[in-house]
Amino acid sequence: MRRTPPPWALGGLGLAGLVLVLEATPRVGLVDRRYLPPFSAMVEALAGQAGTAEFWRSLLETLRGWALGLGIAMVAGVVLGLVIGGVPVARTATTSTIEFLRPIPSVALIPLAVLLFGTDLRSTLLIVVYATFWQVLVQVLYGVRDVDPVARETARSYRFRPLTQVRTVLWPTALPYVLTGFRLGAAVALILEITGELVIGSPGLGRQIAEAQNSGAVPAMYALVIVVGLIGVAVNAAARATERRALRWHPSIRREIPA
Amino acid sequence: MTLLDVRHLRKVYQGRGRDVEAVRDLTLAVGAGELVCVVGPSGAGKTTLLRCVAGLLEGTSGEVRLDGRPVVGPPPGMAVVFQEYGRSLFPWLTVRQNVELPLKEKGLGKEDRRRLVDEALAAVGLAGDADAHPWQLSGGMQQRVAIARAVAYEPSVMLMDEPFAAVDAQTRADLEDLVRSLWKRLGMTVLFVTHDIDESVYLAERVIVLSNSPTEVLEEVAVDLPATRDQLTTRSLPRFAELRAHVYKLIQQAKNGQRPVA
Amino acid sequence: MNALRKGVQLLGLPVLLIALWWVATVNSDNFFWPPLSEIAGTFRETWFTGRFTADVLPSVGRLLAGYGLALVLGVGLGVAIGSLPVLRAVLEPVLEFFRAIPPPVLVPVLMLFAGIGTTMKILVIVSGCVWPILLNTVEGVRAVDEVLRDTARCYRLGRRARLLRLVLPGASPQICAGARQGLSVGIILMVISEMFAAGNGLGFTVVQFQRTFAVPQMWTGIILLGLIGVLLSLIFRVAEARLLSWRNE
Repeated sequence: MRRTPPPWALGGLGLAGLVLVLEATPRVGLVDRRYLPPFSAMVEALAGQAGTAEFWRSLLETLRGWALGLGIAMVAGVVLGLVIGGVPVARTATTSTIEFLRPIPSVALIPLAVLLFGTDLRSTLLIVVYATFWQVLVQVLYGVRDVDPVARETARSYRFRPLTQVRTVLWPTALPYVLTGFRLGAAVALILEITGELVIGSPGLGRQIAEAQNSGAVPAMYALVIVVGLIGVAVNAAARATERRALRWHPSIRREIPA
Repeated sequence: MTLLDVRHLRKVYQGRGRDVEAVRDLTLAVGAGELVCVVGPSGAGKTTLLRCVAGLLEGTSGEVRLDGRPVVGPPPGMAVVFQEYGRSLFPWLTVRQNVELPLKEKGLGKEDRRRLVDEALAAVGLAGDADAHPWQLSGGMQQRVAIARAVAYEPSVMLMDEPFAAVDAQTRADLEDLVRSLWKRLGMTVLFVTHDIDESVYLAERVIVLSNSPTEVLEEVAVDLPATRDQLTTRSLPRFAELRAHVYKLIQQAKNGQRPVA
Repeated sequence: MNALRKGVQLLGLPVLLIALWWVATVNSDNFFWPPLSEIAGTFRETWFTGRFTADVLPSVGRLLAGYGLALVLGVGLGVAIGSLPVLRAVLEPVLEFFRAIPPPVLVPVLMLFAGIGTTMKILVIVSGCVWPILLNTVEGVRAVDEVLRDTARCYRLGRRARLLRLVLPGASPQICAGARQGLSVGIILMVISEMFAAGNGLGFTVVQFQRTFAVPQMWTGIILLGLIGVLLSLIFRVAEARLLSWRNE
């Protein structure tokens, strides 16, 4: 019997292959090295970047903007989701509005944000919060809809106070969905954070990428793109790990609702 | 004449660091036109055997021959009815399309396909449900669709892997009678795997009892019941009770780890 | 009576919100928040006197071209990768990395290769949309039911039938989920690529309005972008419902 190597080895092979392609294609002249410098040049530029205070400041700005936007969107999404979802009248009344507002591309708000806040970090924050909020809200609404009617009735028949009802019935059922919202929202927030920095010019790695491109520092630009990609991988992995950890105890079988 | 021939079949699953011998040494033969049931205690490797016969799984050693030719992949002329009726029908196809799909692949013309599908659906009592989707039917009806698909395929051998294990008792009795009547009418060869002792005796001409894992054939029991069977009279025959008791005893022995005498 | 109630549920809040907006801004002399009546008044003149064909159609055209290409590429490669376990294991981390790159950073990268023309914008849209579609297709192909696969093998379905009758429909719910994510990424990229560098298009025009402080016009642009987003997601939903009509839901 032929046994295949373990997945991590194959995955490593794939990554090594990518690095090799990135190194080799510009060297043998398949692509212009002004457009795609060899991988080693990107690494060199990255090392150069890592030596500057500006890089670290930008990195921090990006992470801060991301965390802030995600935090605001989470709080707003969860609170509104529980309120809207917990009150049947509110739910039926808001459904169409939510379905209408959700697909509005958040980047459409960029001009408004720039007009209101200039290139301030608030501009980016606005679009991050807008985009992330819907991801969270929709998941929470799904979660609340999932609440066992018997549990709800029980809580009501024992005349639990509203806040106790939320704590004992709504919240535990909605939690897995909240975490799914967190995972999806974390990825979306990063995309919009970088987008805002790139297009609006608020401080962060996105702006540095735009600056590197404008000044023709191509290897540095690629280096920053790689850094941003790695942040994305880390964010995804961390969000998934959080979800798994928090739900180890949870008995419910969850379905992911595509948002 | 032997149609299906299993000789010294052995199957070892290679796990991480530990190999599991599921089937040790299985030899059995099914004649053309015969209806044979295979019973064994749960976990006896019945499904492994069936998957090897169907060509879905490669044995570690030994061989399976169908009509004299070694089985290396799913052979032509073989139809399989799985236990998981809900998962063996294509949910995106209607009942008719489900039955028709294998016929299209066989390259049959439109007229032939229509005739075979209509006949098969009528034979299982689903003539009126051809345009339904599987999820609109009850479990028993879904399994009928799977049987119709197998029948329309005009196989020389039909393999059935605990096909009625997941339907209710009432439906199950109906489906058993359906299998008997189709078998007699169409003259197919049927290899029927089950863990239900009553079912095996009621259906089969011959019952093959397996040992527990690693599997071997413990004993073959010829079922000398009248050819025309029905749920009420056949099951109350003294001979039925005797056979049932015999197979039951064998299964108990198998569970206790008894092996066939070499 | 029932229809009336449904109508109120559906339209009640939106009408109320728009009315609120209208009333709140009716005498507004705030530069950033012009009266809604003024925005509504300029809408037609802003967009339907030439800009519709000059800006809106090219934008939407590029979006559809890029999105269509991404669908073909994503589903095609996804089926191939999903069907070959070893290939999948090799490519998984690479794909995860590409998916994690926020798509808008591809704009400056692809500008190097393709300038600032239509090709670049379509390429940006393709390279952003393709990842969710691709990765979801891979997952979908992988998740095709085992018993169904066995059934297809037993009845000796050929390559073509296996692809068209087993793998693609089996993976279609996941493919749709990926395609939906891809669509919202695509709209973002349509706008971004035009804001960055362009001579026409919706994103370009809206930014022009903002830079020239044509505030009511800018508002109409934002509203138009919103409407396009809503319209596309509606069309998508109809298509998805048709494609997945076999599902018992």
